[in-house]
Amino acid sequence: MRRLLYLLPFLLFIGVGVAFYLGFERDPRDIPSALIDKPAPVFDLPPVPGQPATGGLSSAKLAGDVTLVNVFASWCIPCKAEHPVITRLSREQGVPVYGINYKDKPEDALTWLSRNGNPYAAIGADQDGRVSIDWGVYGVPESYLIDRQGRIRFKHVGPLTPQVVEEQILPMVKHLRQG
Amino acid sequence: MKRVLLATLLALSTLSPALAVQPDEMLPDPAMEARARDISQELRCLVCQNQSIDDSNAPLARDLRLLVRDRLKAGDSDDKVLAFVTDRYGDYVLLRPPFKATTLVLWLGPFAILLLGAIGTFLFLRGRRGVAAGADTAPLSADERRRLDALLRKDE
Repeated sequence: MRRLLYLLPFLLFIGVGVAFYLGFERDPRDIPSALIDKPAPVFDLPPVPGQPATGGLSSAKLAGDVTLVNVFASWCIPCKAEHPVITRLSREQGVPVYGINYKDKPEDALTWLSRNGNPYAAIGADQDGRVSIDWGVYGVPESYLIDRQGRIRFKHVGPLTPQVVEEQILPMVKHLRQG
Repeated sequence: MKRVLLATLLALSTLSPALAVQPDEMLPDPAMEARARDISQELRCLVCQNQSIDDSNAPLARDLRLLVRDRLKAGDSDDKVLAFVTDRYGDYVLLRPPFKATTLVLWLGPFAILLLGAIGTFLFLRGRRGVAAGADTAPLSADERRRLDALLRKDE
């Protein structure tokens, strides 16, 4: 019995070691959102100047359907990487995607959209980044899933990948549409 | 030449540290600006996570500094400004985490471990004192005493 007690520090050490090792797997950039299950912020953003066809983006536009709000910018490299994924989500997988153009020059945003295609149902231009702060944005790209009642139900920081879409977003959209 | 260069570098290093807060951000009212600085030092920059927004040069840190100043100008109290930011970014944005149910382990963990260590040490020392006092040792047998005497004599 006493012998076992001597093993205790060793076992504790192993336990702490395993806990720290698992900690390596976690991404320190992935900060849990404070807004999950809370109503999306009330906002009204103008369209990107020169691209008024779809109008700007406001809270009212998000009401009624399950939507994805994607914060992007032309200067953001990962945004380009996720762009095909977002395009497929909007055009083939039937999830309306709305864009918040974060601290971008209008002409750069327009060039970027004409070069890469515009999958967004509407885009709001957030020139000073204030509305994005209301959303808790701390790095583009970020994506938010909004339910029919206008609540934020899911947030993804960083570029959307086909895996995130298949495993998290599409099941969640299906679930939210039923509910 | 080398020495001059070194001396110049040293002299330069004593200049005041570079401030992240730009002159155009500062409020005209010094008292309010001081409050803004105090609040900024409590808030984590989410881009470079171990700096406060007061220290960080990241664009988001600048936006948050401006936001803090705007809230103060709108007449918010210091606590209200902090609440405004935590409503959006969560407790994570506070460099000093609040004391509440989800942070109990964080705040009390070290004391719990200290207590465990103290209990362990106490038990260990008490056990050893028992051994030292000879509580569980039998008196020497006649044979052992003879050997001990022989050993002691050999030393002399």
